[in-house]
Amino acid sequence: MRARFSFTRQVPLLGLLFLAGCKPVDADPHPMPGADAGRGRAIVQATGCASCHVIPGISWPKGRVGPSLEGFAGRALLPGGHVNSPENLTGFVKDAPAYAPDGGMPPIPLSEAEARDVAAFLYTLEPG
Amino acid sequence: MGWPPPVLDPAGPYAAGITALAWALAVMALLVTLFVVFTIGVALLGSPAARKWWGGERLIWLGGVAAPAGVLTALLVWSLSLTADLTHASRGDEQVIRVTGEMWWWRVAYLDGEGTEFLHDANEIHIAAGRPVLLELTSSDVIHSFWVPRLGGKADMIPGRTNYLRLIADQPGVYKGQCAEYCGGPHALMGLVVVAHPPGELDALLEARTRPPPRPVSEEARFGAQVFDRSGCGACHTVRGTSARGLAGPDLTWVGARRTLGAGILPNNRGTLAGWVANSQDIKPQNRMPPYAQLSGRELRAISAYLETLE
Repeated sequence: MRARFSFTRQVPLLGLLFLAGCKPVDADPHPMPGADAGRGRAIVQATGCASCHVIPGISWPKGRVGPSLEGFAGRALLPGGHVNSPENLTGFVKDAPAYAPDGGMPPIPLSEAEARDVAAFLYTLEPG
Repeated sequence: MGWPPPVLDPAGPYAAGITALAWALAVMALLVTLFVVFTIGVALLGSPAARKWWGGERLIWLGGVAAPAGVLTALLVWSLSLTADLTHASRGDEQVIRVTGEMWWWRVAYLDGEGTEFLHDANEIHIAAGRPVLLELTSSDVIHSFWVPRLGGKADMIPGRTNYLRLIADQPGVYKGQCAEYCGGPHALMGLVVVAHPPGELDALLEARTRPPPRPVSEEARFGAQVFDRSGCGACHTVRGTSARGLAGPDLTWVGARRTLGAGILPNNRGTLAGWVANSQDIKPQNRMPPYAQLSGRELRAISAYLETLE
């Protein structure tokens, strides 16, 4: 009887179908629907965040009170050991002492929408 | 943030005159340049007849002597008429403010009718829209220059001498300025803010500010006041109503109400207050305030909370 199912040929081909379930390599690890990173950058500039942080794209000032934000998008943790997620980052930007009670970063006067935009901007700061 | 300020966008009669002059001179310079290029073109490429006509003695007398003499005389008369009033001494109806240039900030003193200083402040000047202001300008160290382009021209601030400058803001608003005479170090970061209030509001504001600010209420701000005290901030800064009476640095009595920090260069919020105190050298290198790296995170936040209450 003629073989209809060939292991050597059809299993690998079937195996390829499983790859469709994999997440594409360039998928956004920190999706923030509705947030505008461009607006976030403008808010960062207007609020003076660079007075404490080195921020790529902002030439002055280059504050060193807090950590540099170069490569921030690749950071796994926020101060205080919190996961670097959009929700945590948005909350942190507005009220850092709630997440890091001994830290030097004070609460920053931003609305929820502004904080989301700032978080979206921070997630564009890729490492390297 | 409005800094550096726009230069050709007048918001008062003194600035309007200077801007008009600037445009007139620019247009005139352009026309003269075009004319000179044209005559060079004729000299190099023109026909003999054209060269004879354009190179003749009559044109040289007309275009090289008569026209410049006429135009420049007219310009002189016009510019004097626009600017003669700018540096006139007091006429009696102005708000008089003494501004002393420091490296690299502005010491502000409001004078009453008798010429006595009744209120001290720094880096931000409050005036009434529509009312003439007379500035008494001097310096305590090197030559600075007071410049708020939307309201008026530049006036040097020379140690040992008082220069006068008039300003009028047509409309209420915030007008940014900049030191316009190189004074070493962070001269480029020596900005300035002028706030013009609607008529009737200024006197109440200045009178309220002659009284000390309310004591801090929150626990964090009270802790911040203690940190301020034991860190020796009062050796350089004044906060009226407290033991801080230093004169070397800007008066901080109303720092929480200021629109900017560092002399016009940073927005004013809890974050920038902390950043400035922790290390102003990274923001304004060589300014006279040292870094305060010995403050812990909690102390830094507390000081920024305290400073924010000074409004």
